[in-house]
Amino acid sequence: MSLLEIRDLKKHFPVGEGLFSRNKGAVKAVDGVSLTVEEGETLGIVGESGCGKSTLGRTILRLIEPTSGEVVFQGKNLVAMSQRELREMRRQMQIIFQDPYASLNPRMRVGDIVGEGLEIHKLAKGKAKRDRVMELLHQVGLREDHYGRYPHEFSGGQRQRIGIARALAVNPKFIVADEPVSSLDVSIQAQIINLLQELQEKMHLTYFFISHDLRVVEHISHRVAIMYLGKVVEIAKSETIYQDAKHPYTRALLSAVPMPDISQRKEHVILQGDVPSPVHPPPGCAFHPRCAYREAICDKTEPPLDFAADGHGVACHVFGPIKRA
Amino acid sequence: MADLIQVQNLQTSFFTPEGEVRSVDGVSFEIGEGKTLGLVGESGCGKSVTSLSIMRLIPSPPGQIVGGAIYYRGRDLLKLNKEEMRKIRGNEISMIFQEPMTSLNPVFTVGNQIGEAIQLHQGLGKRETRAKTIEMLRLVKIADPESRVDSYPHQLSGGMRQRVMIAMALSCHPNLLIADEPTTALDVTIQAQILELIKELQQKMGMALLLITHDLGVVAERADEVAIMYAGKIVERGSAEAIFARPLHPYTVGLLNSLPGTGGKKKKRLDAIPGVVPSPLDLPSGCRFRDRCPKAAGICAEAEPLLSEKEQGHPVACYFPG
Repeated sequence: MSLLEIRDLKKHFPVGEGLFSRNKGAVKAVDGVSLTVEEGETLGIVGESGCGKSTLGRTILRLIEPTSGEVVFQGKNLVAMSQRELREMRRQMQIIFQDPYASLNPRMRVGDIVGEGLEIHKLAKGKAKRDRVMELLHQVGLREDHYGRYPHEFSGGQRQRIGIARALAVNPKFIVADEPVSSLDVSIQAQIINLLQELQEKMHLTYFFISHDLRVVEHISHRVAIMYLGKVVEIAKSETIYQDAKHPYTRALLSAVPMPDISQRKEHVILQGDVPSPVHPPPGCAFHPRCAYREAICDKTEPPLDFAADGHGVACHVFGPIKRA
Repeated sequence: MADLIQVQNLQTSFFTPEGEVRSVDGVSFEIGEGKTLGLVGESGCGKSVTSLSIMRLIPSPPGQIVGGAIYYRGRDLLKLNKEEMRKIRGNEISMIFQEPMTSLNPVFTVGNQIGEAIQLHQGLGKRETRAKTIEMLRLVKIADPESRVDSYPHQLSGGMRQRVMIAMALSCHPNLLIADEPTTALDVTIQAQILELIKELQQKMGMALLLITHDLGVVAERADEVAIMYAGKIVERGSAEAIFARPLHPYTVGLLNSLPGTGGKKKKRLDAIPGVVPSPLDLPSGCRFRDRCPKAAGICAEAEPLLSEKEQGHPVACYFPG
């Protein structure tokens, strides 16, 4: 059994639903995502701004209530749970945020930030709590004398370590990491990525790793899912995505990444136009207006995510494992 | 070919209550006509302050250019008065910034804002200005420029706003464009569009480019020459080929190694640079990189290493390069 299974998850945000305006439709931020996450693996979620990757991460934890669909964690459907049951489950599921400046309470000391979860879940208090927090600080590469300090005394990389210690405090199995290294400088980014990998091996963690950086995702992930306008358009093992991508969007995305290697100066596949509005996504395949390979069927029928025998899923009429075009 | 701009021993400081912060501490480089220099470094290394110094846009107080010279076609920009400098800005040297939303005024249409630059510098009438504005929008490949000219910034996507910024910067045909992290706020597919656009326009208009970025990938693709900055100083300089094929400074080596490899070069662990960038108020003695450097020895703490050419045209500030 998979650790986590998402079935047809949707999150639609109503637009223009104010006091005086009528409902004008919905932003389909997450629009029917189904995928599984196996224990101990890192699933990378890649996509551009507005593709719904962060909303997906938060909807899984029910930090945002889903519109429909199921999130099954260790055999239990989180969507159907009461708040009390959910709180119990959240001990197993934690999140690390992108912005280490906004996600730490500036008025709380590091020790209290990291230890808060221990108190909420009644895991430890007093001396035991202090000892556990010290152990956590040590694990993420901070010093014991950081215990009594405030977040503003730390650099971005150190703050991200505090965020990681906070997530680890309750001994979770599953961590949603939402762009955890995007706001960090390259040299610090590498430190944090290494830390996340070490912790995964030591504590057998499962990561749901959200990022827009394809290089980072390739490095850290076992499998990768590519999202476009609220849907998964391709999912496969990391090596497969980077060497044998099928979906035209995935290929364009990979081609657009500038490589720090002068011998690889290459012609990019340059996509025309911007990502369409998620309020009025194009009919059929949402990518068809920007796609160089579109055929007659593409603006009429939405391609389903079809899977090949090796688990490589592609949602494309032209390049998918089942030819329809 | 003659150098378009020569920066010599530029020093820019900020005077704060805690003391003098020497953001740019003796930086020298030159850019040839039509060439691209990539200035690379991490947050706080002084790369943006360098570019603002060239434009003489350092907010003062607390900032001040305390030393050096910036020769633009033989004239020292630091010796010009305000009026003369205003003629240089926009006309000769132009700049685009990282955040295209905050650099555009939200209450004016984009046509208004591009037109303002054209009117100010070229003294055209209303109708000609509008025609020129539309021509500029077409040049940066904005679809339907006749109607987009009357759009407000919030009606445009991030990529389109950056195109508008480029149109504005190029409207007076500058000889040098300074692009400060022009694609950092953009998605990768849009980044590719904008980089391609800048490249095309550079070829068409023959301008030089100072490309400031933290992204070594962007530099590898676009720059002829590369300068690596660390804590207010240039630590290594050379052709893009030399820097990427034979990086000499341990910091450059560290930066390249800390990037995830792709495809066959995938690594199990990243070689991170330990530690953090030192506070500009509390710099280590001697070499500023020494407490993060795997090669540091006694001499590194005693005297600061100066840029010297170990290889022709590839100066590096390190006692143990390569």
